[in-house]
Amino acid sequence: MVREFARPRRKNPVLRTRLPNLPPGGRSRVALGLTAAAALGRFELQRCRDCQAVQYPPVEACSRCLSVRLRWELQSGDGLLIAQTELAHSNDLFFRERLPWRLGMVRLDCGPTVVVHLHGDCLPAPARVRVDARLDRSGQAVLFALPDTETANMADDPQLREFTCDPRFRKVLVTDGRSPLGQALVEHLVKAGADLVWVGQAEPWKQFPGLDALRAMPQVSIVPLDLTDSSSVRELAAEIGGRVDIVVNNAEVHRTHGIGDRQGIETARLEMDVNYFGLLRLAQAFGPALRARAADGPTGAVAWVNLLSIYALSNYPPHGTFSASKAAALSLSQCLRAEMRSAGVRVVNLFPGPMDDEWNQTVVPPKVSPAVLARALITALKSGVEDVFPGDVAQEWLERWRDNPKALERELAG
Amino acid sequence: MLRVSLSARRVRHDYQGIVAVAPVTVPYVRYSIRTAHWFLARALAELLRVAGIDKASVDGLCVSSFTLAPDTAIGLTQHLGVAPRWLDHIPLGGACGVVALRRAARAVQSGDADIVACLAGDTNHVDSFRLTLSNFSSFARDAVYPYGAGGPNASFAFLTSNYMREYEVARADFGKLCVAQRENALRFEHALFKKPLTLAEYLDARLIADPLRLFDCVMPCAGADAFLVMSAERARSLGLDGVRVLSTIERHNGFADDPIQVRGGWALDRDDLYDQAGVGPADIDFLQVYDDYPVISLMQIEDLGFCEKGAGARFVRANTFDWNGSFPLNTSGGQLSAGQAGAAGGYLGVVEAMRQLTGVAGARQVSAAAVGMVSGFGMINYDRGLASAAAILAAD
Repeated sequence: MVREFARPRRKNPVLRTRLPNLPPGGRSRVALGLTAAAALGRFELQRCRDCQAVQYPPVEACSRCLSVRLRWELQSGDGLLIAQTELAHSNDLFFRERLPWRLGMVRLDCGPTVVVHLHGDCLPAPARVRVDARLDRSGQAVLFALPDTETANMADDPQLREFTCDPRFRKVLVTDGRSPLGQALVEHLVKAGADLVWVGQAEPWKQFPGLDALRAMPQVSIVPLDLTDSSSVRELAAEIGGRVDIVVNNAEVHRTHGIGDRQGIETARLEMDVNYFGLLRLAQAFGPALRARAADGPTGAVAWVNLLSIYALSNYPPHGTFSASKAAALSLSQCLRAEMRSAGVRVVNLFPGPMDDEWNQTVVPPKVSPAVLARALITALKSGVEDVFPGDVAQEWLERWRDNPKALERELAG
Repeated sequence: MLRVSLSARRVRHDYQGIVAVAPVTVPYVRYSIRTAHWFLARALAELLRVAGIDKASVDGLCVSSFTLAPDTAIGLTQHLGVAPRWLDHIPLGGACGVVALRRAARAVQSGDADIVACLAGDTNHVDSFRLTLSNFSSFARDAVYPYGAGGPNASFAFLTSNYMREYEVARADFGKLCVAQRENALRFEHALFKKPLTLAEYLDARLIADPLRLFDCVMPCAGADAFLVMSAERARSLGLDGVRVLSTIERHNGFADDPIQVRGGWALDRDDLYDQAGVGPADIDFLQVYDDYPVISLMQIEDLGFCEKGAGARFVRANTFDWNGSFPLNTSGGQLSAGQAGAAGGYLGVVEAMRQLTGVAGARQVSAAAVGMVSGFGMINYDRGLASAAAILAAD
């Protein structure tokens, strides 16, 4: 049985720091379909639209009927573990650092035999298991077999932890504690076992509702952080940058304007200054240290979270300038993801629909509450997904956008 | 001559009048700074020397190699300065020896070539094995290598653990084969392993990928093996002892629907193999199987009809496998004790069978060896070996 993950001992600074290595990340283009689904937390395999056969490994043509009409479809992942091994030797640096490493072969109920990373609580073959697609540290999808029923310390399996970003025993920076969302994020991170949460306050001389509740939590430390001020960001990075394991950038400015209903660009500039340039400043200041510590023990630096918006995918004209700033941030987050990938640090983007806050007062429900969003983030970190669309509106927009982005543009134009 | 196979009612031509001659080995070394071209050139030069022919009389060329990239057989013609009128490149790993033999035999039989030089060889730099693994196939890159990068060790660990459970095979059964092969290797001058292996050493060796331990796994090395295929007439005129090809089979991706590999294509085609040769398993004086891991040896013994499926362990316990045992197996040590020189591993059994049947196997000569079988297995493309092949050979 997998033992409960215990608090790691304090690091001896004289001993070496384990440096980041990545598992093999090379894939054929067609195999990236598995990654695209896993980034959303979905296990999809190709199914032939003509003969219905499920395919694996990913193929360009159906291996049964040669049709090229293949579609990625959600799979249950239920299957039978038919063989397992434990590697005591590997040719790859990432795995050499982490031996022994359990692997299995699973016959999926939907057809194919798959090679999987094997959870420590899976019983010896033959045994029922549940296969899921997970992103590994190279950012590519791999298959992971879990026990078919929940076990006591399932999330603490050392192999599984290499695929997840569990906040437990980690140190987190939340860039804005002033908003109800920021406060919900802090509360849920603490509840999830974070050791320490630094909470940014852009205007330290000002009180705000909820500040006392934040201060009352022993894990919380309020720090001055103004994302529009490069030196403020650099100063904080100099102080805590070498200890942060997870960055949650939730600071944002949200005003409700399009182009024609307001003169001048001051508001739009402020939105860009926080939502886009704020991310850029933060990434330049905190990115390097995060990368360097990405393999530093079982609670090393692991994730970078951006609060984006569903409006980043397609402009919502009533909130037109805000949408544009989030689209810019989305684009920059892809750059950040590429740069963090060399160290295996996961960049998680949150794409909520309209939040139930003061700036969405004219938006009709359903709206996503801060608590729902915070829970979605914790779930995302624990399962290791990359893109999170919490709430019904976000899910619907995502579906419309994937189906036909042009149609969504017309629909949003009203 | 036509012979109708009773099993499948197939009509197949025999290999009448064709022989394989001049088995040569370019000595194996653990690592080399040379390229595959060097080893293949040495192999061709040795063939010419042994056969007493000049390069111009080789008008067919067949090549197998993993480390020849970016070249293939065609590039090699310019490197070696040959102008063949028949050329083949066989990327079938452990099945390439038997397949080269059967294709070359048809080429000579049909007159498309008079003398075919069949070459297999590879180099082994310190990092070549890792590089070969990471680019072995697109399925392996997408769906195997990211899983621990254990290479064939991990794949065979699955097959072995499943086989042991399914058919009640003990590690000691595999060990018995490995120990006997080491005994044989000590009598083969080119084998890389020079020390005897005890069963205890086999059982207690360093764990590699459970249940596989060190002596279950081949040692990659550099080297080459080669032979010539020509008409029996031509061989006689050159004063070369040859072996006749009684029958051959080849099958790829044989049992695609099996959830995990417990058998190979031999099981589909073995009746064909024996029918065409006009012999049965009891007539076979020795067997050379592809043995990158011992489980695959057992699979071949079963699938080629030497015992029932699943009776392999009992067969191992009831027989002895060294060169003078009740069932001589891999009489030059196999790859497990001679080394795996890349694609040459697919030729090892062919050249050893030729040596046995022409009576030049020296200290490991199987007495009165008249009919022998060679079997090949290759290419773990994803979760199983795809290529299987076998040939029955006889002294000319």
